[in-house]
Amino acid sequence: MADGAAPVLDVRGLTTVFHTRQGEIHAVNSVSFSLKRGEVLGVVGESGSGKSVTMMSLVGLLPAPPAEVRAGEVLLGTSDLLKMNAQGLSDVRGAKVGFVFQDPMTSLNPVFTVENQICEPLIRHLGMTKQQARARAVELLDLVGIPDAAKRVKSYPHQFSGGMRQRVMIAIALACEPDILIADEPTTALDVTIQAQILELMKDLRQKLGMAIIWITHDLGVIAGIADRVMVMYGGQVVEHAPVGEIFHNPQHPYTRALLRTIPKITGQREKRLSVIEGQPPIMTDAPRACAFRARCAHRFDRCEAENPLRRTLDSLPLGIGHDVACHWSPEGADA
Amino acid sequence: MRDTSPPALVQVDGLKMYFPIHSGVLRRHTGDVKAVDDVSFSINAGETLGLVGESGCGKSTVGRALLRLYEPTAGRVIIDGEDIAQLSSEALRKKRPTMQMVFQDPQASLNPRMSLSSIIGEPLVEHTPMTAAERQGRIYELMDQVGLNRRFANRFPHEFSGGQRQRIGIARALALNPKFIVCDEPIAALDVSIQAQVVNLLEDLQEKFGLTYLFISHDLSMVRHIADRVAVMYLGRIVELSPRDDLYARPLHPYAEALLSAVNEPDPDRAKTRKRILLKGDLPSPANPPKGCNFCTRCPKVFARCLTEKPDLVHVEYGRQVACHLFDPINTASGSTGGSEDQEHLQHGVTQ
Repeated sequence: MADGAAPVLDVRGLTTVFHTRQGEIHAVNSVSFSLKRGEVLGVVGESGSGKSVTMMSLVGLLPAPPAEVRAGEVLLGTSDLLKMNAQGLSDVRGAKVGFVFQDPMTSLNPVFTVENQICEPLIRHLGMTKQQARARAVELLDLVGIPDAAKRVKSYPHQFSGGMRQRVMIAIALACEPDILIADEPTTALDVTIQAQILELMKDLRQKLGMAIIWITHDLGVIAGIADRVMVMYGGQVVEHAPVGEIFHNPQHPYTRALLRTIPKITGQREKRLSVIEGQPPIMTDAPRACAFRARCAHRFDRCEAENPLRRTLDSLPLGIGHDVACHWSPEGADA
Repeated sequence: MRDTSPPALVQVDGLKMYFPIHSGVLRRHTGDVKAVDDVSFSINAGETLGLVGESGCGKSTVGRALLRLYEPTAGRVIIDGEDIAQLSSEALRKKRPTMQMVFQDPQASLNPRMSLSSIIGEPLVEHTPMTAAERQGRIYELMDQVGLNRRFANRFPHEFSGGQRQRIGIARALALNPKFIVCDEPIAALDVSIQAQVVNLLEDLQEKFGLTYLFISHDLSMVRHIADRVAVMYLGRIVELSPRDDLYARPLHPYAEALLSAVNEPDPDRAKTRKRILLKGDLPSPANPPKGCNFCTRCPKVFARCLTEKPDLVHVEYGRQVACHLFDPINTASGSTGGSEDQEHLQHGVTQ
């Protein structure tokens, strides 16, 4: 991945709030990141950390009230998606940005055949004829490894197993050869052996098609296997961002460090006792004025109460390329 | 080590749980979903047996049939000296306090209209002659034990987070001082940082009260942490039952091997170098399992005998049981012992 290449996606200061009866919920707070061609960005966080909402905000997938994208820029190539009208956005979705969601059963339409659902974006975005689209649908199913694709294309979603349904979802997302594929917990609902199949498939497709992937998950094991760079989210903010090796071998944020310690190991020395992060994730009823992690942090001090830490770079690289962290504390000195 | 110890607390022999399929206009009995097909194992007092497998393999059904939440089709389930499968309903009711369950989804297993203290207190009302005051004392005691603040006693389940709800479920299970608890995927619905809290709590309680657990889970890393021995299930049958360290260091059954190789390790360097055994295809339907070994349709080491004959779960090494023809002495003569380094390489040639 050439560092100088222009990003396919550049997100700056994205802020999303939900209006609820209990007041505003600040789900995404000034999130910035960029994505280069052919790159896999892993997004890690617990439920409610804002990882899915961030990605849905990008392409206007959130229902407009209660959600409101309050600030930011989302540059796809040269156009700002946040300034686009509904028609423009629907041209982008499916064509430039593909989606794969967690539960393939609820995201496929049960009353249409798989063929029908793969053809839809082909006809809508690429202007193919029905015949061309049908031929392409078979190719796509073949590409995602569904055996006997020519026959299976006439089946309905319920006739596929969970893993096969997820392959169909991937085929639909890839139909128009998007620049970016956003995969929101695509393997979470699947069994480990099926999950392994899907992960290998995605790695393979990325090599073949060269698209950029945003992979949202709470499973650090999956991230280790597929991501080039990792963005850790907490309380609707990016708390740490680094190349995958740095995140696992040189984590800087207390949350990242604690999170890595809570997972039991499958090889090597078995831990006597799991370390835990006490307490609960916060509910962001207000724009962050102090560090969102302070209540659960082992290293908090006065400044954490007074000031929300901004992302600061740890190497000379600009934010969003190298290793950066949003924390007042630093492990150097503390560790020594 | 453990094999020589006195009678097990839980002894399961030939447990079968078939769900009948009725079809046609007359709703004739046309077949069975063999959710659990001839499963035998034992759990010693104070021990944790991990039960792992993929969805649909029958692991939850085993847990439920064990406590007779389902009526087992066949088999014996001896818990603390009595055959649960044979007990009359009144005798079973008297037996219930010794065996309890913690469910996967704390949201669905707690009545939304009952307050926390009535949820935890319900088993006490059912099974003990306690007065209201004694009961309240016991409820507070239980809340302390699972780390719930006493101030929450009158709140309702929806006011709690997932981890706290699971603590309520655990407190309820503990109320009658059980000996044996079936934990059915107790952490699957929880966030990573909360999972560790609940697992630590389960371990503390085990130590304190000498509890025996059947820990059902699909999370192989967590099972490695909590279990003493592990049973691996595939399509209604146990394919391997081994002490934890042996299983994770050197799985014997080809399915156990593939399952362990599929676990994602949180280490990018290992992720690059490791070899995954990718299984082809999906789980066959338990209504129509293969004629021979249940795993023969996906097994990378399959051979002729596997297609015709179901292997039994037999002792192959000290403390280790495997259901695979590869470990039958008849076949070992021809060199297919399995488990060795060479075998592993051979296998990758086949699968990838």
